[in-house]
Amino acid sequence: MDAQAIFEKLKGKFGAAVVELQSGSFNPNFVVVDPRSIREICRFLKEDPELRFGSVMCISGVDYKDRFAVAYHLNSMELGHSIGIKAHLPHDNPSIPSVDPVWKAAIYQERETYDLVGIVFEGSCDPNRILLPDDWEGHPLRKDYQYPEHYHGIKI
Amino acid sequence: MSQGPAKRKTKPIKSNIFDVVPAPAELPKNVIQKNIERVRGTCQGGEGFVEVGVADLFINWCRKSSLWYLFYATACCGIELMQGGASKYDFDRFGAVFRATPRQADLLLVCGTISHKMAERVQRLYHQMAEPKWVIAIGACTITGGPFYKDSYCVVKGVDLILPKVDVYVPGCPPRPEAFIDGIMNLQKLIMQTKNFGNKA
Ligand code: SF4
Repeated sequence: MDAQAIFEKLKGKFGAAVVELQSGSFNPNFVVVDPRSIREICRFLKEDPELRFGSVMCISGVDYKDRFAVAYHLNSMELGHSIGIKAHLPHDNPSIPSVDPVWKAAIYQERETYDLVGIVFEGSCDPNRILLPDDWEGHPLRKDYQYPEHYHGIKI
Repeated sequence: MSQGPAKRKTKPIKSNIFDVVPAPAELPKNVIQKNIERVRGTCQGGEGFVEVGVADLFINWCRKSSLWYLFYATACCGIELMQGGASKYDFDRFGAVFRATPRQADLLLVCGTISHKMAERVQRLYHQMAEPKWVIAIGACTITGGPFYKDSYCVVKGVDLILPKVDVYVPGCPPRPEAFIDGIMNLQKLIMQTKNFGNKA
């Protein structure tokens, strides 16, 4: 199934929650969705017999300075197609429902996105940092991150 | 090191520790003779000479020939270290063997990128090692932060920021196993110059 067909299928099912298709030089093309219904959309993408997106390959956070985005790269090994899902979040208080009930593999990737970009995944079963120490301050991959001088007495 | 004994005009003594244990082939007679140094001391009311120079030599030789190292191998340099320990380069022939416990290791081989999360663990392992202990810093990351020197929030910019001393630096990104061996041999030279007893030079 190509991106256009997936987009139309989602649009038919979820209506206004599916905003637009970003096609062009992206591979895969991205379907922009409303963050509030991300979990239902993801469950549909996984369970629909024509889509069967069994694996979430990558979840990443993007800082656009005025807003954040979370991008999900999905792949169906059975049907051999892939799609990107993107949700835009406000810059103050970025939070989105977690998709770990849909794919277990999402747990680590959401933790990494939280750790480095500071996006909160609501209802996540393990909402902690993964790479940096638990007492680290701030989220280093944000554009406005201020480097601390020291960490536990060690110069940074 | 050598002017001390010469000035005090000690008579060469016949018996030393190598009359009891066989002297290693790399310590020929003249080296042993040169290192003989006696210190005046009292013991149980009597007075006499304690012979320390050769004991120094002997102890240093023991230490440098059994450098068991605790390895902190995190990144690409760690893979190079594995290569050094494997049969082609074979660190074992220097008496240097992998010993993954701080309690029984006397050399800390810091080898790879140190993140701030791991820095405190490295410190703790160093402090758990018994004296005497030595540190070799291997690779650009360990020495300065390497390719992560600029604009990195998570990499420690040099192991000397977290440990009290580093004895030998081995540069490279990654260094070849030959450079590792050179580092170990330099440390061995350093150990052989250590004064454990008597008149510390
Ligand atoms: S110094 Fe170079 S080879 Fe060694 S750990 Fe750092 S990046 Fe890797």
